[in-house]
Amino acid sequence: MAVTPHHETSRGRSSQPFWTMARRDSLAGFLFIAPQLIGIVIFVLIPLALVFWYSLHEWNVLANTFTYTGAQNYRMVIEDTNLREVLGATAIFSVGLVVLNMSLALLLAVLLNQKLAGIAVFRTLFFSPVVVSLVAWTIVWGFLLQKNGGINGMLQVFGIEGPNWLREETTAMISVIVVQVFKNVGLNMILFLAALQGVPNELYEAARIDGAPAFKQFRRITLPLISPTILLTSIITIVGSLQVFAQIAILTQGGPGLSTTVLVYYLYQQAFQFHFFGYGSTLSILLFVIVAVLTFAQWQLRKRIVFYES
Amino acid sequence: MKADLSPRMKVALYGLMCVLLIPFVFPTWWMVTSSIKPISDIFAFPPHLVPQSYDWTTYSKVFELQPFVRQYWNSAYIAAMVTTGTMIVSSMAGYAFARIKFPFANTAFMIVLLGLLIPSEVTIVPLFQMFLKAGMVNTHWPLILVPIFGAPSVFATFVMRQFFVTLPPELEEAARVDGLGRFKIFRKIALPLARPALASVAIFTFLHSWNLFLEPIVFLSSAEKFTLPQALTQYTDAYGGPMWNIQLAAATLTALPVLIVFIIAQKQFVEGLAHTGLKG
Repeated sequence: MAVTPHHETSRGRSSQPFWTMARRDSLAGFLFIAPQLIGIVIFVLIPLALVFWYSLHEWNVLANTFTYTGAQNYRMVIEDTNLREVLGATAIFSVGLVVLNMSLALLLAVLLNQKLAGIAVFRTLFFSPVVVSLVAWTIVWGFLLQKNGGINGMLQVFGIEGPNWLREETTAMISVIVVQVFKNVGLNMILFLAALQGVPNELYEAARIDGAPAFKQFRRITLPLISPTILLTSIITIVGSLQVFAQIAILTQGGPGLSTTVLVYYLYQQAFQFHFFGYGSTLSILLFVIVAVLTFAQWQLRKRIVFYES
Repeated sequence: MKADLSPRMKVALYGLMCVLLIPFVFPTWWMVTSSIKPISDIFAFPPHLVPQSYDWTTYSKVFELQPFVRQYWNSAYIAAMVTTGTMIVSSMAGYAFARIKFPFANTAFMIVLLGLLIPSEVTIVPLFQMFLKAGMVNTHWPLILVPIFGAPSVFATFVMRQFFVTLPPELEEAARVDGLGRFKIFRKIALPLARPALASVAIFTFLHSWNLFLEPIVFLSSAEKFTLPQALTQYTDAYGGPMWNIQLAAATLTALPVLIVFIIAQKQFVEGLAHTGLKG
């Protein structure tokens, strides 16, 4: 990071006309952004071009074959019946996660917004899973969700026979969603709490004078005013949910069947377990398109909301 | 909403929050307590919420079965390098994009922002090939270089830029009249003011590196190179089933230090992570 613009400063001082303030600024600007810009070119743009190039090839590393096949991998994307299941599982996972995450985050934020003694302690505890190592968190939940694990043990105390959570299709999906929600809901909770505290108090006072019950105040005042926050965080949460990998790899390995094989996990399997780098690259492009569309929607939304607010 | 609550309402709210806390707090408790239970007790029925007897040998097995000290060091030094590197790269780029007028600044900013559109999962296949050609597979370089210079640092650059934009220009004008160079202004004036933003960047960069899982399992193949998340999953028996008590002991050793730092500096953590709206 040798970016000290030393010599141009000294030259500038000796009143050489070439190094004007503007020129020195330009050089400084380029030097300041150089590490990041070069990094993006090497570690993002070139790989993105390569992944597209690879996606046009059939490439088996074990057999050491790399043949240009044009759009064949893309036809495979359409014909791959496993992929349909994978995209279905991805959609269920992302939608389930975002719905559960948003509702729970909102509930917790409303609770934490009450005037109660010791509320800060609750806030800390609800937030704590965010800083617990992801894999450690997932391992404990995997342990709790075993057939003879802690959760079924508790249920049995009350005479309930619990399912084998991670080995049955429906409960496996619910489990991976729930584990992820409890891990990260604290972040959205804090964002919602900040939004709730930004709602002007006079509005509630006016509503109380009019005799509006608490629930109606929430629906008519709170929700509309914090809806921009809800919308933005839900898109960020969906994009995050598309990148979930460790939880799946540790809890279910995508199973039973393909029921919890989300797109990133499928991509990993195709490329790094079955060594189909070409098809894996095509799946990467698919993931890229989905994430790009969602992120772009978020930017547009943010622009519009900022405009609306001002 | 802000009216004072009746005592009965307060009791109800405390009760509700305590019930809701269970899935947030109990797993951590269960992880720590199960890690010191003898293997015969960890699936005991009814479950022992508090260990009835202790078996500390699990912890010595954590270190016997794998080079765990080495793996701990790997995770720690990689996270430290990534955090320091990201703070340097992102604060410089963020400062330039916010405060310096130079040609093509907008184009460069757009190119950098592309990093936000492209999660590292998308580029993992070509990155693997590139590092393979460079002879850097099964080294820590991919886990250090990509986060510092690649897509993961773009968010940090964005956060730093948003902060530097808010600084009043008068702060720098005086220094510029005095003939201070850009780098000195950045180091002596802008950077010290940016402490809160830098703290956010440091916290989420550290957590991101500490939790990295896909990249280590793609790039690393020998046990003494492993990072903690990857190492935790390697405590398995001859049939590939997890050795639960040992996994939980190793998980405890991984999770507790960060948790303790969080409890000490919770305000910085909560604000730092929430204000940047980071999602993992």
